[in-house]
Amino acid sequence: MNKHVELKNHLREIFYFRLRLAIGVGFVLTLMAILLLRFLYLQAVRHDYYQTLAESNRISVVPIVPNRGLILDRNGIVLAHNYSGYTLEITPTKTGGLEETINELSTLVEITPRDRKRFKKLLAERRNFESLMIRNKLTDEEVARFAAQQYRFPGVEIKARLFRDYPYGEQMSHLLGYIGRINQTDVEELEENDLAANYRGSDYIGKTGLEQSYESELHGKTGVEQVEVDSGGRAVRILSRTPPSSGNTLVLSIDAKLQEIAVQSFGNYRGALVAIDPRNGEVLAFVSKPGYDPSLFIDGIDPQNWDELNNSPDTPLNNRALRGQYPPGSTIKPFMALAGLHYGTRSPERTISDPGYFTLPGSGHQYRDWKKGGHGSVDMFKSIVVSCDTYYYGLATELGIDKIFNYLSGFGFGKKTGIDLEGETSGLLPSQEWKMRRYKQKWYAGDTVSVGIGQGYNLVTPMQLGYATATLANNGVAYKPHLVREVRSARISENRVIEQKQAFDLKLDPANYDLVRRAMVAVTQPGGTAVSASAGAPYQIAGKTGTAQVIGIKQGATYNESQVNERHRDHAWFIAFAPAEAPTIALVVLAENGGHGGGTAAPIARKVLDYHLLGKVPQPLPDVADKEGEEND
Amino acid sequence: MTRRQLWLRFIAHIDPPLMLGIGLLMLTSLIVLYSADNASFGQPLKQLANITIGLTCMWLVANLPLHYLMRTAIPIYALGLTLLIGVALFGEISHGARRWLNLGVMTIQPSELMKIGVPLMMAWYFEKHEATLTMKNYVVATLLLLVPVALIARQPDLGTALLISASGFYVLFLAGLSWRVMGGLAVGALAAAPFMWGMLHDYQRHRILMLFDPEQDALGKGYHTIQGMIAVGSGGIFGKGYLDGTQTHLDFLPERTTDFIFAVYAEEFGLLGNLFLIGLYLFVIGRGFIITANASTYFTRLMAGSITLTFATYAFVNMGMVSGILPVVGVPLPLVSYGGTSLLTLLLGFGMLMSIETHKKLNKT
Repeated sequence: MNKHVELKNHLREIFYFRLRLAIGVGFVLTLMAILLLRFLYLQAVRHDYYQTLAESNRISVVPIVPNRGLILDRNGIVLAHNYSGYTLEITPTKTGGLEETINELSTLVEITPRDRKRFKKLLAERRNFESLMIRNKLTDEEVARFAAQQYRFPGVEIKARLFRDYPYGEQMSHLLGYIGRINQTDVEELEENDLAANYRGSDYIGKTGLEQSYESELHGKTGVEQVEVDSGGRAVRILSRTPPSSGNTLVLSIDAKLQEIAVQSFGNYRGALVAIDPRNGEVLAFVSKPGYDPSLFIDGIDPQNWDELNNSPDTPLNNRALRGQYPPGSTIKPFMALAGLHYGTRSPERTISDPGYFTLPGSGHQYRDWKKGGHGSVDMFKSIVVSCDTYYYGLATELGIDKIFNYLSGFGFGKKTGIDLEGETSGLLPSQEWKMRRYKQKWYAGDTVSVGIGQGYNLVTPMQLGYATATLANNGVAYKPHLVREVRSARISENRVIEQKQAFDLKLDPANYDLVRRAMVAVTQPGGTAVSASAGAPYQIAGKTGTAQVIGIKQGATYNESQVNERHRDHAWFIAFAPAEAPTIALVVLAENGGHGGGTAAPIARKVLDYHLLGKVPQPLPDVADKEGEEND
Repeated sequence: MTRRQLWLRFIAHIDPPLMLGIGLLMLTSLIVLYSADNASFGQPLKQLANITIGLTCMWLVANLPLHYLMRTAIPIYALGLTLLIGVALFGEISHGARRWLNLGVMTIQPSELMKIGVPLMMAWYFEKHEATLTMKNYVVATLLLLVPVALIARQPDLGTALLISASGFYVLFLAGLSWRVMGGLAVGALAAAPFMWGMLHDYQRHRILMLFDPEQDALGKGYHTIQGMIAVGSGGIFGKGYLDGTQTHLDFLPERTTDFIFAVYAEEFGLLGNLFLIGLYLFVIGRGFIITANASTYFTRLMAGSITLTFATYAFVNMGMVSGILPVVGVPLPLVSYGGTSLLTLLLGFGMLMSIETHKKLNKT
């Protein structure tokens, strides 16, 4: 182009444009010629080759499914593994008649009505040219019997497959979760994350628990084999093979034996227990009782079992430790006491006189203490030891909801702990802003009163309370709770130790901490609310009992445990850490409808502590039926 | 007015040869879709609806006089750019890329709008400065191109970014960008290639590498290429016959109604079918070139040339990708692949071509 400006000659302009256009035409013709040459090459020159590939010998790309990673406890005990076994599978479209085939098969191998139901469900879910399982875990004898008769059953095959097994069954169910067949939702999610290729050939995927949250570690990398198959679909020869790499092994911080003892210590109670090493956030035991048999889910649960689990009043599918939300009851008191000390609202020496109830100025409403007639003169130390409600009604009122909210959220209340499991609930730590949002109402002074004893709007999950207890035990230095300590790869160089960094430090005043800890130790001593927790223990236990009301008690009525339907009885809490002077374990026990924390929850905690600190195995196996604790809360 | 007069007025701005060409291509689309969708009318009917909408829009644009067309340049470009920035800031992430903007009622992909917006804006800009074109104008026009392209490449949608770059480059080329500058740009692009490689997402590198060795990812995207080549190759000279493509009907071909529809066509109709299809494309492209050559203003010449060349590029890229000489970049076969958005964009382009052809008598300077 010309650098200096001049008016262009229109005709010359058109000429140059058409020249350029002609070049464009040449360009397009070249492109199309390239395509034609390519087609000529593919469709004429190499046609035979591709014809062969497409018709007589189709290349089939066969995925090789990797072995799923193992899950071990902290001592190397296997919690989830794979074993190879035989399944009997039917491809519905290849059989003569489905019903007759199954009936005929049942004369050779045992096929229970449950197997049939499960098969029907599979049939409804999947396309019927797929190979569907009718029986798993065939015995060697069954395999032999069928193999001899196989010619009679077109479309029925025996396949060797790896099965997932959870040796601890129910005990670990809420922790490990389970794998299950990949369904449509899973497929969409995999596609969304560009993982669909790695799941070709995979039948299972982690559905809940650690199996779900560590799916990407456990699954491994799918290998691939290119095989020539003849027109009948049989493999003729292998062209190339990329071996799969197995999933990584998870080493948990869980102590399987501790978990076992914890589960058994519950006896017939439902509930949850979370034990954490406060020094690093490693979760030592994670119990939600009742559990369920995870193996039922692996190949699709049959409707009968599902109904039983789903409709049971015991809600075995509910992960209480992670998702159950309960009022914290009196277990909130040590934290409230720290809040009072922190803000200078109450000095340790200040005593109140407890007439057995608390009233707000200008109101006749009585907030009752659990002890009729009251505890007399109560200072902060005693308030924790005897769990004086009146003291905390007053303290909460003096603090006000804003300070309570600020201080308690520092301990993680009202927030997810961030443990490495999915589906955690966040509990509820009420605030003025929350109430306005939720109920479109302002916050009343009366709302604050019951927050002080953990019976207001507040809700905690056992996981959360366990985290807060561990943070307290570690002098306000928090480590995010986590279950997986180490991820081991087939290549040792890729092993990873997962260490938690310090999450936060509340910088507790040593004097305040000391007071609360001493008071919590006294809780487990004669005169405290959980004497049974430490009777005869060679180490000191710091603890706090709690009771979560299930039904409200009317003003002026009395709560009579023996007259209340068992399911309406209060839930029993106990939080503890030990040894009190240098804690290596912090735990929370929730016994649903257990009545009082001291009577039911504390003895469970004691057995767990004894094993962890002394290696003592309860003998004979626990008897927690003692519901008549004289201790109260 | 008689019925005949009404009809004549209705088709006054439709260019018959162009209409014939694109009509045949869309007819082919419906026929192949029926086969690709396993002999069902599901997708063909939906595509018929897309065609109806697209043709209506095309008719509207064809009836739009040229000065109106020119006036839309700035608003369309500005809107597209705003939306692209919106996507960069608030877009929805799907498949690891941020391409879609959720407007509450609908999600849109603004990069599609820019396929027309960018060349339109550039052609408008050149027309404005026609009398006094200097190097500075080319720089500004290049910036008009590069800003949206950079935004789209960042999404990342490398395929669309490259195609829009091509359409913009065609405008620059037809506007007379000097050979020396083009040579310089080519050298610069080669030099920048290693740097660009570093900026690519893993999956994009993967796709490019795979072009050289599709076996490497035989379960993932390489599978597409391998199966596409087998489908095309096994079609032979005469094809396997309509509805008889084994690759198609044995479920070997992925995305066979959209990006890989050409594999279905090539398998069933063979080399002769391909010759016919390329002939059809060349017919449409040739008509586009004739319209371009006869266009009356600078703006319309640039616009018509860019539309035509871009259309040819789409066809080449898709068929090249299915037959394994270009990487899998997710470009549909123009007018044939299933899908409403790309069809609409293409037909809007053809509407402009028709408007350029049929309004020139009124506009001759």
